[in-house]
Formats: sequence, structure tokens, C-alpha cells
Amino acid sequence: MTPRLLALGDGALTLEFGDRIDPALNAQVIAARDALAALRLDGISDVVPAWRSLTVHFDPLHLDRQRLGEHLLRCAQAETQELALAGPRSGIPGRQSPTRWQIPVVFGDEFGPDLAAVAQATGRSESQIIEAICATELRVFLIGFLPGFPYLGELPDWLRLPRLATPRAAVPANSLAIADAQAAIYPWQSPGGWHLLGRTPVRLFDVDKVGRPALLAPGDAVRFRPIARDEFERLAAAVAAREIEPAAWQAQ
Amino acid sequence: MIEILDAPLPATFQDGGRAGYRHLGVPLSGALDGGWLAIANALVGNPPATVALEIRLRGPRLRATRPLTLALAGEFSARIEDAAGQSRAAGNWRSLALAENEILDTGFLKGGIGYLAVHGGFDLPAVLGSRSTYARAGLGGIEGRAIKSGDCLKVGAGAPPIPLRLPQAPRLANDPLRVIAGPQRDYFTDAAWAAFITTEFTVSREADRMGLRLDGPRLDHTRGSDIISDAVTPGAIQVPGDGRPIVLLADCQTVGGYPKIATVIGADLPRLGHALPGQTLRFVEVSLEQALAARREAAAILAECIASMVPERAGFDLDALYAANLIDGVIDAQH
Repeated sequence: MTPRLLALGDGALTLEFGDRIDPALNAQVIAARDALAALRLDGISDVVPAWRSLTVHFDPLHLDRQRLGEHLLRCAQAETQELALAGPRSGIPGRQSPTRWQIPVVFGDEFGPDLAAVAQATGRSESQIIEAICATELRVFLIGFLPGFPYLGELPDWLRLPRLATPRAAVPANSLAIADAQAAIYPWQSPGGWHLLGRTPVRLFDVDKVGRPALLAPGDAVRFRPIARDEFERLAAAVAAREIEPAAWQAQ
Repeated sequence: MIEILDAPLPATFQDGGRAGYRHLGVPLSGALDGGWLAIANALVGNPPATVALEIRLRGPRLRATRPLTLALAGEFSARIEDAAGQSRAAGNWRSLALAENEILDTGFLKGGIGYLAVHGGFDLPAVLGSRSTYARAGLGGIEGRAIKSGDCLKVGAGAPPIPLRLPQAPRLANDPLRVIAGPQRDYFTDAAWAAFITTEFTVSREADRMGLRLDGPRLDHTRGSDIISDAVTPGAIQVPGDGRPIVLLADCQTVGGYPKIATVIGADLPRLGHALPGQTLRFVEVSLEQALAARREAAAILAECIASMVPERAGFDLDALYAANLIDGVIDAQH
């Protein structure tokens, strides 16, 4: 499928690369975003990368739609940046190198009330589930749903479960959850229908970090590290006291 | 300061919105009707997108702890009570001077929403560049929530502005809402599209700042009701599997997984903000060129409206005009 433009009303334009969840398509989305940022066009308010599309919210009184569309189709040809090849900074304005993160998680018990059910549904033990989740390097495909909420993928085939039949009214903040091929962390307490496996002490969204309020960005890589209850409590207290900088969660 | 004495229904602070953070999952938010926000602010001498209180159906009662100038944009039935317990009607679409300890009861609203602006603006911290309240993530406003009784709000200082009034209240059009065919128009049968642009829909009780769920003919999909989530925007009309459309508004999430049959154009978006449960809506398809012309027209109408404001006859104060240096040339002529 060649990239195509879709009108999302008169104030937004969507560049769509395909119709499936695929890291290669998502990498094209990120590359197009970076190429667009380098153009520094006036009249754009938001540029939103999603699984397989990039949406530009703009003011049509200040930026000609036709011109924006032509730019976007050119940006669609931008070369993708492989995570493995990413240096510290590429030097291209607007382009941020993907970051590798290692996020500590306490699994099971009251932190992950669905761990046992997930083990049962997949015919594995709880420790096999934890091992599998932590062995997989997950890609941040997009941030959406709630401020700082990362959609991570993709989980091994055998771990893909449908959403809960009845969503929970309140998923605790910082819960690690899975559904289908995706994993996510809820930065805020919210209703939710995903399976809760554990909880992280890491703060995923911080309004005081104006330059980068969301910890994770599309294109980043995430690995989970299992921790015990006492380490979770120690880290959570340190995060609350702002004794830990976000950079501490980057993979060594 | 302003003290909130009573807030029977949730009212939130809103400004021009939190643009620039949607890639991080942060909704745009901001006033549902940015034009009326600008009018309320112009009546008290503020810049157009200054934060104001957005009120739905029934507004708060509040007390001024010092003399203040306020304005109500909307069809309120407000009254002012002085310290002696004497009550007088407080008009809409004009500057209102409140003496120390006077109480303003904003009363019931005829129509969906209205704005209360105060000269100097409400002194609230900007969160990610905006003072707009987004309650789900506790951003903006007062501690990220709707106002409640007991809240005390600091108000910007400055000399009282020239009292103004708007000779003619702005009119909300009643024509069909203009839409652009949606990015997933091809997910719907031709019968669904025909029903969408020819039938009346009713705003259901599920209506808030995130969106309006509509009742009407069922809009059938041709190939499933799930898409791989992509970006949405205020005005986008999503149709989930039950075939009942949802029109998204300012607090909508940044991405959504339902096909979008159409998007209401920017010029007609404010009218959706005023829609109340039970109200009927119609849609009509327009071209992108027509949408652009409509935006220009809406901007011109708003500018005309603000330019039409005149000083209050009763409060006409020539000295204040001189002080504000609004009468250009007059001061020079004295030399």
C-alpha cells in the first residue's frame, strides 16, 4: 500500500501508511514525523504519530492544506531509523534518537491481580509469564488514550488474550497490563479492560518536566525487570520524593 | 479574590486549550465555544483566550472579597446581592461591577454553556502551557478538578476597565452542522451515509466535554467496527459497533479505534458545545473549500461582534477613557 492522505475534518490531515500493526510501518510513521519536524512549518499545532499513521493538526487559515499534503507525501518517503543503529543524536533538527528503557515491575499479588488467571488461560506458570514478559523487548508504538499512556508491542503469540468481558471501574495508577498483542502501563487511575500483571514505581507522566512530560516516546524500546515488593516500595518512595531522575530508568 | 459559595453543577476553568501535547496523549481541552470565551474576555478588557469559567446549565454563586469587574457571556438569569441583602438583576453580555462583599448568583442558563470572565483573569498556574481543566488526569484549573464551594480564587489586579456592553447578543445558527466526509467513510454502507446526512439525530444523555452520543438511525458498517487506532480530533464523529454515532468534543482522547464517518468543520464546532440532551441535530456535507470559507466568515463575525461593543451609558466615564488612552488624538489636541 502506498501512503495516502485522509481528511480528518478541515483542521487535520492524516498520512496513512498501511492497515496493520507492524513495527516497520510504525518506523515509517516516526521517520515521517521527524522529516516533517525538520521542515519547521508554521501553522501546525500538533503532530500525532499512531500505530500506522501520522496526523497533523493545523490551522488552515495559516497553512495551505494542499501544500501541507504535498510535504507529508514527501515526508512519507523518509528513511526509517533502525533502533539498533541509533546514535546519541542524529543531528537532524527535531529528530530524537529512540531510547532503551528498563522499567522495574513488581508482579502478582495485589499489584497484578490477573497474573494467576493469565497463567491459567495460557497453560503456563506465573513465573513463566513473568519470564516471557521480561524477556521480550517491546516497542513503544504510540502514546495515547491517557496522558503518557504507552501502547507497547508485541507480545508472543501464546500470550495474546482478549480483553476482560467486564472492564474494571478503576485500574490503579502505574499498573502493567496486557491485552491481545499489546502491553501498557496506566499512568493514571482509570477504567480499563486489560489484564493486570504488576505495578511499576516509575512515573510515566510528570507535568513538571515541561520539555518531556511523558517518559516514553514512540519508537523507544522497553524491557521490564522483575523486582520484589520491598524494592518496589523503596523505589516508589524515592520517586515520590523526587530522588530519582527519569534517566535512571534508561537501560545501561 | 472570588469565593465560591455554592457550585450546584460542575463548572471548569477553560482557556484556548492545551495545544502541542496531543502526541503525548494529552487532550486539547479548552473552551467549547472559543468565540464566546473571547467575547466574555473582551467585555472585561482581557485578551481573548484568557482563562474563564465554563458553566453548564446551572452556574455557581460567588462572593467578591474586593471590587471586581466581571462579565457573563451566555443566556444566564444572574442576580447580584449587595451587603444589605438587596438584590438586582445582572445582565448578560455586559461588564458587571461587583462591590466588596457583593454576591453574584449566576443562576440557570438558557442554552447549553456560558462563560464567566473576570477583569485581570483568574490567577491559576499554567500546566503544560494551559490553565484548562482536564479532570481525568487532574490537569489545569484548580487542582485539575471542577470548582466546589469553599474555593477561593485569586484574581489579577489592575485598574477597572471601561464598562462595555454588546448591543446584540451573538446568534447561534440553527442550520445543519456542516461536515467533511470522514477518513473511514468507506467503512459505512451507502445507506448509512444517506441516513447520516438526511436524518435528524437527538443528543442523548451521554453528553459531556468529551463528546455527545447521538440517537437516531443505526449507521451500519460494511467491514467491521474496529480500526487500528489512529488520531481523532474534536468534531470527529465515531461510530462504534452499536451503530450509534459519537461526536467528539474538546476533552476527547487523542486516538480512537472506531471508524469515523465524518468530521464537523471547525466553524461549526462551537455550536456542538452548546448542544443539550434532547436537542436535535442534522448534518450536511460540504467541501474543504467551503469549510475554509466558513472559518474565515466565523472569524470575521467574531471580530465584528467584539468591535461592536460600546461603553455602558450609565457607567460612561470620560476620565477613564482618557486614562486608558482609548480616545486617540484627544490628549494630543490638548497640547
